[in-house]
Parts: sequence; structure tokens; C-alpha cells
Amino acid sequence: MCEDCGCEQGNARVYFEHSHHTGDDEIHIHVYTDQIVDRQKNGIHIHVHLNAEQPTHHHHHNSDEHTHDHDHDHHHTEEPSREIVLESRVLARNDEFAEKNRTFLREKNCVAINFISSPGSGKTFLLEKTLEGLRGRVKCAVIAGDQQTDNDAVRLQDKGAPVVQIETGSSCHLNAEQVGETIEQVLEDGTELLFIENVGNLVCPAAFDLGENFKIALLSVTEGEDKPLKYPVIFHDATASVITKNDLLEHLSVDMDKYRDSLNKIHPHGRIFELSALTGKGMDSWLDYLESLVH
Amino acid sequence: MHELSLAVDLVEQLVEVLEREKATKVLEINVVMGAMSGVERVPFEFAFPVAAEDTPVAGAILNIEEVPLILKCSDCNQETETDDLIMVCPKCNSVSVEIVQGKEFLIKSMEVQ
Repeated sequence: MCEDCGCEQGNARVYFEHSHHTGDDEIHIHVYTDQIVDRQKNGIHIHVHLNAEQPTHHHHHNSDEHTHDHDHDHHHTEEPSREIVLESRVLARNDEFAEKNRTFLREKNCVAINFISSPGSGKTFLLEKTLEGLRGRVKCAVIAGDQQTDNDAVRLQDKGAPVVQIETGSSCHLNAEQVGETIEQVLEDGTELLFIENVGNLVCPAAFDLGENFKIALLSVTEGEDKPLKYPVIFHDATASVITKNDLLEHLSVDMDKYRDSLNKIHPHGRIFELSALTGKGMDSWLDYLESLVH
Repeated sequence: MHELSLAVDLVEQLVEVLEREKATKVLEINVVMGAMSGVERVPFEFAFPVAAEDTPVAGAILNIEEVPLILKCSDCNQETETDDLIMVCPKCNSVSVEIVQGKEFLIKSMEVQ
């Protein structure tokens, strides 16, 4: 008889040595036989059903319940299924890289902005003018993400900030691992503000934390007043939104109040900038805002 | 189509758990997908078996529990479920709301063998 639990089956003797594991993964198995059997010849089947709610659950089989011979050492037949409760984020791996990036940036006293918009909203042109405008005020660096070409990096050269291009190939977004591989390369001593220009896409980049401090979403005046309502995830997550290409307004019949209203519904009290990087209209408050993020 | 990247991440995590738990096969997986998670059911369902191919996760049944957006309003103090993905309280139209559910994209549990 087992002295720990009193488990006994008739006059059976304990055939296997057995042990008691106490703890979260408690497993408690006894195997009895009425006669000594040769384990090498007479297979003994142990069926253990592990269940989170019944961690101590054991079945006994006398050896003669299974009279068929096995010519191999065989301790079980089919594994029973069991449930594992995880409650973990699908993006846990990306989040780990993002956290590393965040720690690295914090140690460097650098603020990072994840710039997200549709293709053609004017991210690169706004960045060109932003780097020019912040020259001498804020030390900047840029990581530019595109599926192909280093055209954006070329455009952003000679603006007083180091630029590194990430070509994502067929991928529609940057992930934290890619940014992590690039971040040390692009940050110089004293870099205060890192722009991460994401792949032009309002959907996919929204799901991936890059370790940035802020997301900023852009949309141009030609994209439609209800665009924020159509892409709520990114416009909700963005700390600020920028409505670009305001110089085109005179050629369009758009209602800027509707743009503001859409943005306010998705992100109440979020900052909204309306500007034209071409004419410079609205650029001052945008540049002041960026400077306020680091100083 | 970032759902394929997400499916690959999911499969990698499941394989890690399998190894840790000394199990060999994933039979079923339960995922929670919030309305504001930025992930869509149909492309994810399409991507999952592709990502699972040639792994111990291949053939696993994917169950997706879609959870709606729930907003908590600090003006009327109510928590309300809403189909409109806007940050406006459906009860009192206040914009002083915060999301209490709908952003999550979780692996809830898995059935293994």
C-alpha cells in the first residue's frame, strides 16, 4: 500500500517504483500487478489523463487486462489530449523586441516617432521639410521603411540627419526586430528624435509596436474626410494626426471640419496639425510640437 | 496582409509551448480577437494553415472568438458594447471614454497531445 495516499488494489503489489510530485504539475501514478510480469515482453499500458482541474488522477490496470504481447518496451498507447491555458499576446515576440528598442532609446535619451500613413500622403516630403526645419534645434535620425528601393533614404540625405533604409521586401509593415537591427546604426551620440517612417499602409503597421514613444498618423486633404473612420485602429492609436497637402485645398471641395470631426470621433482630444510642407503653412506649430516632445 | 506575419508568430509560439510542455501535436487552438485589434478574421483564418504547414501545429483547429468593442464612459459611468468603432459613448455621446475591451489579440488556450 502506498503510505502517502493509502492507494491499494486488492492484494496487488506495487510493481513499479512510484513517486509523488506535489506542486502545480502534480502527477501521481501507481501501477499494480497481480503477478510479476516481464515488462520487456508483457506490455503494461498506463493511461494517464492529466486535467488542470483534477491534477491527481490515476488509472490502474492489472497486467492481465492487456494480455497481448509486445516485443518492445511500451508504456503507453495513445497520448490523451490536454488543455494548456496561455492568455498570451499573439504579438508577444514582437513586443519583446519592441521593449528592447524602447529600453535602448530611453538609455540614449532619444524619443522615437512611428510615422504611419497611406502611400502618397506625403510622409517623405513632410520629413524632408521637418528635418530642414529642425536643423540646429533638434538632433534627428531617420529609419525609412519601404518594400523596395532606397529612394526615400536618398531624398532624405543631406538634411542634417543620418538615414537608414529598411527594405521590407514583400512585407507590408515594419516590425520591432527590423527596427532593432537598424537602430544602433542610425543613432549617433546625442540623437534626440528618431523618425521611423513606416511602409505606406494604414492597416498593417498599426498592429506592430516598434518600441516608439508616439505614433503619428498622416493623411492628405485628398484622401476623404471619413478616412479616420475607415481606419479607426491607427487613428485611435496615433497621439497626433497630421492633415497634409493643405496647399491643394483651393482646388478641392473638401470640408476640413469633417476631417476634424472624424479624427475627434476616433481620438477625442488628440492633436491635429493641418499643414502644407510645400508652402510652409502650418509648419511652425508642427515643428514646435516635435521640439516639445524632446525638450 | 500582416495576418500572415501574425500567423507565423502564433505558430512559433505554439511550437515553443509544445516543446516546453513535452507535447507533440496541437489539436486545437483558441484565439481571442478584439474588434479594435487591427486583425481581421478571414485573412487570419486563411494565413494560419499556411503558417502551420510542416510544423506540429499543422492540422490544428483554429477557433476565433471575436470580442466587440466595450467603452467605459467617465461621464455617464457606464460600460457599453458597441459595433461602431468610434470613441463616443453610445449612451450619452460623451467622448470621455476609454476602451475596456476590443484591443486584444490573444492566444487563450490550446489543446495538445
